[in-house]
Amino acid sequence: MTRPVTKTLEIPVADGERNPYSLKMGPQHPATHGVLRVDLELDGETILKCTPHVGYLHRGFDKIAENRTYAQTLILTDRLDYIGAMANNVGYCVAVEQLLGFSVPERAKYIRTMVCEMSRICSHLLWLATHALDIGAMTVFLYCFREREILLDLFEELCGARLTFSYPRIGGVRQDVTRKFIDELQRVIHLFPGRIEEYETLIDTNRIWLKRTVGIGKLSGDKALALGLTGPCLRGSGVDYDIRKHRPYDAYDQMDFEVPLGSDGDIYARYRCRMEELRQSLRILQQCVDMLPPGPVLDKDAPDLVMPLHKNTKGGEADSTSYGTGIIKFMEEQGIYPAGDIYVSTEAPKGELGFYFISDGSARAYRMHIRSPSFIHISALPTIAQGELIADLIANIGSLDVVIGECDR
Amino acid sequence: MMQVLILFIQILVLFAIVMLHVAYATYFERKIIGHMQVRMGPMRVGYHGLLQPIADGIKSFFKEDIIPEQADKAAFRAAPIICLVAMMTSLAVLPFAKGWVLADINIGLLFIFAMSSLASYGVILAGWASNSKFTFLGGMRSMAQVISYEIAMGLSLVGVMMLSGTLNLTEIVEAQGTSFTGMYIFPQILAFFVFCIAMLAETNRVPFDLPEAETELVSGYCTEYSGMRYAIFFMAEYIGMMVMAAIGTICFLGGWNGPFVIPFFPPFWLILKIYVFMFFFIWIRATLPRYRYDQLMELGWKLLIPLALANIVLTGIIKAFTS
Repeated sequence: MTRPVTKTLEIPVADGERNPYSLKMGPQHPATHGVLRVDLELDGETILKCTPHVGYLHRGFDKIAENRTYAQTLILTDRLDYIGAMANNVGYCVAVEQLLGFSVPERAKYIRTMVCEMSRICSHLLWLATHALDIGAMTVFLYCFREREILLDLFEELCGARLTFSYPRIGGVRQDVTRKFIDELQRVIHLFPGRIEEYETLIDTNRIWLKRTVGIGKLSGDKALALGLTGPCLRGSGVDYDIRKHRPYDAYDQMDFEVPLGSDGDIYARYRCRMEELRQSLRILQQCVDMLPPGPVLDKDAPDLVMPLHKNTKGGEADSTSYGTGIIKFMEEQGIYPAGDIYVSTEAPKGELGFYFISDGSARAYRMHIRSPSFIHISALPTIAQGELIADLIANIGSLDVVIGECDR
Repeated sequence: MMQVLILFIQILVLFAIVMLHVAYATYFERKIIGHMQVRMGPMRVGYHGLLQPIADGIKSFFKEDIIPEQADKAAFRAAPIICLVAMMTSLAVLPFAKGWVLADINIGLLFIFAMSSLASYGVILAGWASNSKFTFLGGMRSMAQVISYEIAMGLSLVGVMMLSGTLNLTEIVEAQGTSFTGMYIFPQILAFFVFCIAMLAETNRVPFDLPEAETELVSGYCTEYSGMRYAIFFMAEYIGMMVMAAIGTICFLGGWNGPFVIPFFPPFWLILKIYVFMFFFIWIRATLPRYRYDQLMELGWKLLIPLALANIVLTGIIKAFTS
């Protein structure tokens, strides 16, 4: 069976009007950072229209969370932004604690701040790696991975996992840090500033890098705010908004750090912002190590992750023989936790990661909504990319730092 | 009759040696880049991966040869061959040492230009014939690149032609004399600079690898190619690199002349210098990001061509006053 051969290449039509050249970029494309599809309409290589399509990685986390206890939902948050999973865990825990009224021991707060900043460094390193690779600088990619490896080893020492940690718990963290972890972390804090300088010597003074980034993908502060950008993408445009500073959670109110701001709002400004953030994160890490208070790391009332029963439940204590029915009974029981709704956001590496919960008083959320920065950043792509070239689109996707796992949820 | 046979054997030997070099050029590229990027490069096949190129060759040879249904079949098949043949042909006029040349023609330099321009037809055809959007863009980029960098490259070598007064490659080397100071890199430093950049663009190497830009166009013109056809593009690229390195060596670095004469193997210095050039290619690839399409044009037309022209004028003035 042969299909009729049709030539599909579009050519300029006779009367001077030009057909746009449509190009479907992705979902299998090395530079879309996962399974993002971007439909482009091109004139030559200039982008006339850019339409991102998301949903290729949709797993329905918001819905799944309605059928799991709060403690069980925690493991889903690992799979949001899998590059900086620890920050998602912490963000989720902070939100649930505020909703259900758990307290967190002082030591756990510091440990959480520590792992948050570590995951910020992890995320920014991977961002730099892939962003540089998108623009064509291959070596930076592997240098960043070398450093990221050290951090992942540290995470492994801390909780045994390298990617999906589930280390923070509602009401604290799973287990205490070890002496070895602290020593290794101290070594990292001393090692990393030199390595960051190394990346900067490779790309910061490189004329080609500057040509590819300065003045490209410009966004004014107002526009960035209107598009809902957060995190380094917003701060690159000069808007001073960092939840760690403005609505501090965990131990951030004890930390002394600066929020780096850009002014131009182009790719280079966002790049500079993230590079500075790496340094600030190291600063916070050092303070966490120095100020780490003694004490327990988990609230004694904290719900158990494995056996999802809250210790203070009135009825419904599931016996081990009827675990399944026990759990269902338990979940339907009202009045365990306070009812109400809450929106709590934290500063994830990519931007503002918010959790919105409605609680009906049972052990599971009536409704959970995740405000993921990647989703909102992708929606800014058409505005940024219009009128620029394909090569700039690639640089822009990289610069917005999107992770499709978080965007599609 | 005898002469033809000897020539045939010479061609065969040259072909074999060049192919072996191509295979191991890929190996060294991967090794060198690997070590520059704090990793090992190929390690599994043979001692430190020494048999990797052979394994790659066998792999691509036995891979399924896919031709897209909507491709222009004839052009699709012809494109890699055009690339390879054009590149191989330019080897014919390269003098490896005094008398070590297949065809000692008096327009050697022009011939090589002609052939390397022809090779880019292969790339453009490949992009067009695949009938795929990414390859089409790759082919277009290649066309634009060829137009702007061919000129810069040609002009950069005009100075060399003026100094030596010939287009014959052997005579260009001889005109530089055997001493270190006779090398044209000193009087023609500007031309050498232009040549080096144009050379990278001509061979589609980083930072000018736009036609195949992996993260933008997903390998551009060779996206639809698989198996041996893809490997042929690869070979053509590496032979192209070697030919450009040889031109650079012959025109600027004194060809096969070195600090002392190596008995029995006069091409030693030429090959060594070619290796240095190849290392330069690889080094650049490990260091630099990629230019953008329009910036590449800008660089070609606004910087390289004026520089090359200025070099010609300067060379002319100096030559007029000194002779």
